[in-house]
Amino acid sequence: MMTTHEPGEPERSDLFVALPAIDEGTMRRLHGRLAREAQTAGLLDVAYRTIDSPVGPLLLAATAKGLVRVAYRCEDHEKVLERLARDLSPRILHAPGRLDAAAKEIDEYFAGLRQGFDLPVDLSLARGFRRLVLTRLRAIGYGQTASYAAIAVAAGNPKAVRAVGTACATNPLPVVVPCHRVVRSDGSIGQYVGGVEAKKTLLTLEAAA
Amino acid sequence: MTSHGPTVLRVCRAVLGPMDAEDAWSETFLAALRAYPTLRPGSNVEAWLVTIAHRKAIDQARARARRPLPVDPLRERPASSKADRSDDDLWAAMQALPFKQRVAVAYHYVVGMPYADVAALTGGSQDAARRAAADGIATLRKTYGEGGPR
Repeated sequence: MMTTHEPGEPERSDLFVALPAIDEGTMRRLHGRLAREAQTAGLLDVAYRTIDSPVGPLLLAATAKGLVRVAYRCEDHEKVLERLARDLSPRILHAPGRLDAAAKEIDEYFAGLRQGFDLPVDLSLARGFRRLVLTRLRAIGYGQTASYAAIAVAAGNPKAVRAVGTACATNPLPVVVPCHRVVRSDGSIGQYVGGVEAKKTLLTLEAAA
Repeated sequence: MTSHGPTVLRVCRAVLGPMDAEDAWSETFLAALRAYPTLRPGSNVEAWLVTIAHRKAIDQARARARRPLPVDPLRERPASSKADRSDDDLWAAMQALPFKQRVAVAYHYVVGMPYADVAALTGGSQDAARRAAADGIATLRKTYGEGGPR
């Protein structure tokens, strides 16, 4: 007689499948230890963590040069991490410690206690004209707005209004590099990488200060 | 990569026991971080991590063999009912198995690797891997499983 499972091979469920899931605290502790050891060994290229904010959870990622990515939940944090692993380095770990300073400044910004960011940023995810646009955005002051057309002029290419829109839509560092301060020439709010509601929240916060 | 953390920890616990598992887990992931840039895209990351963990396990098993006072993990355990036995007891019971049986059980039953892959990892034939796992399971049934002498 043929049997469905091989002789001498007990069913899977027997000894091992009923094992409890590995304790979350244990995994957290091990990841923390790994992040520290990887940092010491120079093997931690990208550190990340998430923080809560009035515009939802934000993913923060940093290289040794500085903050390299801020991502809204609508950008799908898992996908963002996959792209960071592909575009920057697969040596990427949850390592909140390296992002303490960034988290603090962003918390202060949302609390209305901070009007500018002092943290070092790494713009290596943006290239060419998009990167140039991002550097121009940093000149728009807290509580102010500028039009896409004005930024195109500031970036030295008055016809590149659409390209400015693209640069804002693909800003790897929203909130910190203030693409939310760029609005349409007719005064309407325009699009935003984190959704129009988030853009309204940021502009309202800055107007209230 | 770290989404495979729990699986790798189970492997380390199964092969090395709860005491040495965390060191081996750490060493496995540090080695993986070091080697990651050479991993071909589309590779099976879990199988790759298990391979690294296997090498770390061999290193640790050798280091353990050199230690002056081997500790029998089964000896000083307090008696406990089946219900409140944690999975640590199972990992401890596995430590009494010969290394070949232990790794065969770990990779086939804990990770779910087919015997062909287990054999590729541990050396030897697929049949040998199957026999080693079966012998290991038979022993575990006596030392840990229901109805066995406690």
